[in-house]
Parts: sequence; C-alpha cells; structure tokens
Amino acid sequence: MLTRVTPGARGITPEEVRVRIGEAVFPNPWKRELEFNPPVHETWNIVHIGMLLPQAHQIYVCAENCMRGVVMTAAEMDALERFSCVLITESDLYRDNLESITLEGVTDVLHKLPALPPAVIVFPVCLHHFMGCDLQYVYAELEKRFPDVVFVRAWMDPVMQKTGPTPDEKLRTAMADLLTAGSAQPYPEGGFHVSVIGDNLPLEEDSDIARLVSEAGARLHRIQDCGTFAAYRQMAGSDLFIARSPLAAPGMRRAAKRLGKPGLYLPNAYGYEEIRRMRGQLAGALGLQPDTALFNHRQNEEIEACEAALAGAKATVGTRQIAIDAAAVQRPLGWARLLLEHGFAVKTVYLDMIHPEEEKDFLFLQESFPDLYLHKTVHIGGRVLHGGRLCREEERAAGGEEVLAIGPKAAWYEDTPWFVNMVEYGGLWGYYGIRRMAQLMEEACLVKKDTKEIVQRKGLGCTCILPGAAERTRI
Amino acid sequence: MRQTNRILPVYSGDVSGACSALFEMGGMVVIHDPSGCYSTYDTHDETRWYDTDSLIFLTGFTERDAMLGNDKKLIEDTAQAAALYRPRFIALCNSPIPYLNGTDFAGVCRVLEKRTGVPVFHVRTNGMHDYVQGVSQAFAQLAETVLVEEAVTAESTSFAGGPLKVNVLGMTPLDFAAPGAAEALEDKLEKASLRLHACWGMGRGVQSIGSSARADVNLAVSSSGEGAAQVLRERFGTPAVFGVPCGAFSERLLRETEKAAGDRPGQFTVPFLEVPENAAARRTVILIGEPVVMGSLAAALRMESGGSTKTVVAAATENSAPFIRKDRDFSFFGEEELAKRLRVLAREADSRGERIAVAADPLYRPVCPEGAELFPVPHLAFSGRIFLDRMPDLFEGDCASIMGGKWI
Repeated sequence: MLTRVTPGARGITPEEVRVRIGEAVFPNPWKRELEFNPPVHETWNIVHIGMLLPQAHQIYVCAENCMRGVVMTAAEMDALERFSCVLITESDLYRDNLESITLEGVTDVLHKLPALPPAVIVFPVCLHHFMGCDLQYVYAELEKRFPDVVFVRAWMDPVMQKTGPTPDEKLRTAMADLLTAGSAQPYPEGGFHVSVIGDNLPLEEDSDIARLVSEAGARLHRIQDCGTFAAYRQMAGSDLFIARSPLAAPGMRRAAKRLGKPGLYLPNAYGYEEIRRMRGQLAGALGLQPDTALFNHRQNEEIEACEAALAGAKATVGTRQIAIDAAAVQRPLGWARLLLEHGFAVKTVYLDMIHPEEEKDFLFLQESFPDLYLHKTVHIGGRVLHGGRLCREEERAAGGEEVLAIGPKAAWYEDTPWFVNMVEYGGLWGYYGIRRMAQLMEEACLVKKDTKEIVQRKGLGCTCILPGAAERTRI
Repeated sequence: MRQTNRILPVYSGDVSGACSALFEMGGMVVIHDPSGCYSTYDTHDETRWYDTDSLIFLTGFTERDAMLGNDKKLIEDTAQAAALYRPRFIALCNSPIPYLNGTDFAGVCRVLEKRTGVPVFHVRTNGMHDYVQGVSQAFAQLAETVLVEEAVTAESTSFAGGPLKVNVLGMTPLDFAAPGAAEALEDKLEKASLRLHACWGMGRGVQSIGSSARADVNLAVSSSGEGAAQVLRERFGTPAVFGVPCGAFSERLLRETEKAAGDRPGQFTVPFLEVPENAAARRTVILIGEPVVMGSLAAALRMESGGSTKTVVAAATENSAPFIRKDRDFSFFGEEELAKRLRVLAREADSRGERIAVAADPLYRPVCPEGAELFPVPHLAFSGRIFLDRMPDLFEGDCASIMGGKWI
C-alpha cells in the first residue's frame, strides 16, 4: 500500500509514462528529463563486478555521499575486508588536481592492509575528470611504490554514462585488460581452452555454449571458477574468447586481439535463426563441423524442444498478461517478439532506451504488434503510477488475472508476486536459454514471490546479508 | 591518514540527509547529480522509499551539462515536474560537480519560483559532508520558507492553559529507524503531560510544521535539529532542549524540556551533558555515533548503573562540538583517528585495572579494542539496511533493551 505524502498530483495518466511501440521512436522513445528511481536494486553495480576478481581489493577515491552507495554495497555483500575508502574533501579540490589525495590515500590503505593483495582496483570518480587529474602519473607512482601489485584502472564516473562507455563497461574492459601474454602459461593439460569474458553471472553448464565446448573436447573457463588472481590471469592462455554481454564485448575483443586469438561476441539472442548462426560460428571456432547433416539435425531437435517448452509454458500462462523488463533480459524486445509470435499476451516492455542490436525486433514489433507498450522505468510519473494505479479499471477487468512479470522492475511496476526473478538473462544462452526461461515462466505462475523483500536486494546472485536473505546467518 | 577507511563504511552523506529530512513534507526535492547520490539515498538511506510516494527526483545531468552549465534544462525539467505534481515547495540539492562548476542555485531558485509559483530553496549540499549537515540545513531552509509568520500570543501558545506544546526537531529514520519511533515518542511526551505539536520530519506531526511558532519549546532529538532550532529561536524566540528521552534519562530530559518552556526563552540547553559521572567507576563504556543520541544514552547508562559506569562519547558526525563534554568525550574524523583514540582509552583503562566496553553500530566491531565487549546499537545512517530488523527503539525500555539486551 502506497502512503500518500504528495498533496496535489493531478491525474497522471499511463500515457505519460508509456508509449505504444507503433508510435515509438528508435532508439530513444523518450526525451531526457528528471528521473525517478524505482525501489528495485537487483542489477549488479561496479562493486559486485569488481568482487568477481579473485583476491582483488577495491579502493574508491570520492566524496562521502558518493562513497556511501559503494561501501554499503560491499557491506551488504559481507565483503568490507576487500573494500576501502579514500574520502575527498573540499580542501583537496584546492590543493592540486586530486593527484595527492588519490596517490597518498591508496598508498595509506595498502600500508594498512594485513597483506598486500595481488591486485587493487582503483576507482577515481567524476571529480577526477573535471579536475583534470593526471592519473597516468598516479598509476606510475603507485606501481613504483608497490611493484608486486597490479593496479586495475577502473572508474566510477556516472556523469559519463549517457555519453560514453558506462563505468560497468569500463570495469569489465579493465578486468579483461589483465589478460596479457605475460600473465599466462600454456595450460599444463594441453587441449583447447575457451574463456568467457565479462560475465557477471556464471554461464550454465547446460547452455549451448558450454555443451558445444564440451562436445568439442575443449575446456571452458569462467571467472566465477577462479580461486586466485593467478588463476584468473591464466585465462589469457585460452585459445578462444567469448563474450555474451554487449558491455563485455569491447574488453573481450581487445583481449583477443592483444593475445592473437579468436574472439566471438555471442549475445543473448532469442531468434532461432540468430542462435543457429551463432552456434555455427562457435562450432567452427571449436573445430566442429557446423555444416554437416548431423549438426543441422541436432539444431532442428533443439528448436523442436524449444517449441515444446514454449507450448508447455503457454498452457500454464494462458491469457495472463506479461510484462518484460530490460534488467532481466538483454534484448527485451527480442524476448517479447518470441513470446508474441507464440501466442503469449505480452502487454508491456519496461526499458529506457532501445539497444541498437534490437533494431530489427523493434521494426518487426512496430509493424506486427503496434499496441505493445514501451514503458519508461525512470519516468517521474512512476513515483505514483505503478501497481494498481498503472492499469485502468477496464484493463484490469479485461486482464482478470495478475500480470506475469519477467524481471524485478516489471514486477514492481505491475505490483505482482508472479515473476521470473532474473537479471542479465542469468547464465542462460541459446536454445537452452529459451527452454529454461519457458520453464521459469511456468514456475513463476505457480509460486508466489515476496516482491517487496526480493527486488530491493542488491546484486542478484551475490552474497547478501540483509534481513530475510539466505546468508543472514553470517552476522 | 585521516581520510582513509580501511574497513569501516562512511555515514550517510549530506544529500541523503537533505532528502530524508524533506521526505514527508509534501514538497519536491530535485537532486542535481548524474546518478549516484540518488540511488545511494533511495537504496541505503531511505526506509520509506518502497511504500511512500514522496517526490524526490534526479536531474541525471551529463558530461556536457556539467561542462556548459545548462541551467535552462534544470529549470525546464523541474518546472515541468512541478506542473505535474503541484508540490508544496521545491528544494534543490546537489552533488560535487555542480558545486565544482559553481552552479548559480540562488538564481535558479528565483527563476523557478517565478515560473512555478511555489516556494523554492536550495539546500547547500555538495556530497562532501555527512547527513547531519544535510538534515540540519534542509530543516533550517524549510523553517525559513514555510513557517507562517504569526504573532506569538498567549492564545496561540499554551500559557493560557493545557499541556505544553513541543516541536520535535531533527527526527529522521537515519537516526530513528525503529518501526513506530515517532509514535512512541509522541506517547512518551503525552505521558509526561507534553503535547507533540509538530515533528520535523517524520510521523503524524509533520502536518503541523507550518505552525511551529505556536509551540512552547523545541525538543531536538539529534544534532540534525540544530538548524531548525536556530531559525525558530531567531524568529520566534523558542527555546530548545537537546536530547533523546531514553532509559533513566528520559524523565530528567522531559522535566528540563518543561522547564525550558517557562524559564529560559530563546535558550539552548543540553541536559545530558550535566548528568554527573562517578570518576571512581570501574567500567567505561565508549559510545560511538551521533552525539545527541549517544550522549543521551550515555547519560542514561550513568544513571542506570548507579555510579558503577563511566562513559565516553565518540562523536562520529559533523557539528558535534556543542553536544560533547570537552573533558571526557571527543569527536573524530575517520577510522584511523577513532582506532587510535580507542587504543589509548583501552590502554588507560587497562593500566587502572578497569573494564572497557563499546556501544556502537555492529559495523564498528573491526576497530573495537581487543577484549572490549560490543553492545550493538544499529544505526541506519551507518550500517544502512543491514540491521533493519534489529533497530533499537530508543524511546522504550532501559539501556539494556536499547543495547541489544546485553547491558547488565
């Protein structure tokens, strides 16, 4: 139940926060204006991502208010021992271009640690940009002072995120930059090795990528399996590099080029033809024979299994309206298209911009399903317009049942306990991904979730010590 | 180095403080920031975000906006949102970059006021201070803006009879996160024959804030209440008493509150500083945190222990000087300074053969002296949501119940 403290909101209508795809503009359906942040925090931030780097210590150099968000992320992960703060105050702005506070602060933290970590991820911030901080000098000096430490050049500069690579993308790239020729020996067991770069959530063993790698007799490496910093850097000895996320692709491409090895960007697509093409690419890179009748036959079997899974999900979901959010799947329009083509009642897609990779799906939906709503997640109308207030009475009456949401933001906006709790498409990929998601949709229709408790937790899949979380017993 | 924290988190920042203070006031707060301060606030520092429709928004400015100013966009977007929501007032606050590029907030406020027809003010945050600064300034600005000018007459105050009217100042979930805290305080006042007139800024009392001049006395339950207390004193001569009615100290504080209303117009009093201490006590409890809350708890401890306990308050937040005893307590900045002071205190206690304990948020554990027991007093402004299910109700029970049931 929403408590009202807002006195005079005039009747904000759903039309102000959403648009029919038939009338939407690609790739930015909305102009930039004030933003609202829904109480949904399951997506990963740079702290979560940095914690994936084994044995690494994170040091943020920023003002107190900016520090609060990242240090509390680490605290909620029960990982404060791998996190330190250097606070910028007003006087630092007048002393120099923040070189002193950054250099001496990081040095001080490292002297205070019980043991020097093999890697330190340093996060300068927006202020460093605008003060013109000479970070090359800072890093050179740090490397001189601590020759046994690898300094990872990260950023926490949200002011740049709408006009350039986001801090998330920069961090994934910086972590990929650690994979250098000098950092790895050939794998002692020999054979063909494949590394997935820049994944937040581990690629599942049943995913098409993992199965094809296994079929080729190759070995798959994931950062989540690396127990040490050295083990992570050993991934540089791989024969093939793969990225699933567009945010990981630049780092993967740089690593592959630097190491003179092939790199494949295999995004999470939901169209059979695109998956078929990417599987072929991967099979070719693994030395399998993608053009054989057997390979094609297997592909067809996979597709038949997907059709069966979707039909099964349809039988369970029925006419229930569906809402999809961009936090859950990297291509929400692609997923909406797949479901709409299979007779599901997709009503709304929650997103703030349309990724260039989705242009074909956007045009298809615009033509074939023009009444599909695109709903902005950061529109200020969202403050009062969610849950029951989002739907007009007649829509509610027509829908009957509560909405099935795919993703936490959609769940919050639709105020539904029936949702697939997923970010970044989890560890899914390929035909397996479609089948598994169909299964998760069925499960979501059968088991209610505590939306309020779940969606407010940060970093789905990370350790969480908040009240109600599984790891709570640690404290 | 005083500006580094190896393992301790930091307190909520000034932007979070400003937003928290104004959350229930029916206004609209616009944070001029790219993103981080807003999500930090609504994730870690605001327990009401999920269930309350308060209008707190973000400009989401870009690199280009930062370089070129682009105040026009700030004005246009804010005016548009105000037209949509019709807030009682508009407050602007900001993160470090608008501070750095010298955004003319006074000018922006004037233009916006003319455009929207509602009061507009700027809370001078810059992201480099703690929440106490933000809350205090926000309340002070609110007091300057929304308080109704009215003659304080015998009819308007309680001198004509009836219970004394009390404004509670500086009350936000950042310091008082236990469920029902505002109601518990109101009940406590009623039992002492005091009537809650207005509560700045949570609970039922927020409705009366505009007529705060009618109150007989201000009770500031945190140092965040100082800004509004000063404005109310300057404009209406209202006296203020600082303290939290907790444990055995409660009765004394409320008596002082009543007394201040009659005897000392315009005076500020801090009664917890006057609660005596037995220098010969064999146990020292060091209370770390916000000085008014911890100072009051310390006073309650001294009273409840019957002279067997000494206290030291380690004030962690800004502007704490008026609220600590110069000869016993101290304020600190950062982990290094705190750890050093705690080591010295532990050494001194050890040399005297005395016991030492710490009452603080559990996240302070890594810097507690070896062997010192930690009495947990979770504090939202420090550990955020982590101990949300264990927040102490400062207005109920004795020190033992407040400090995790551990105190004997």
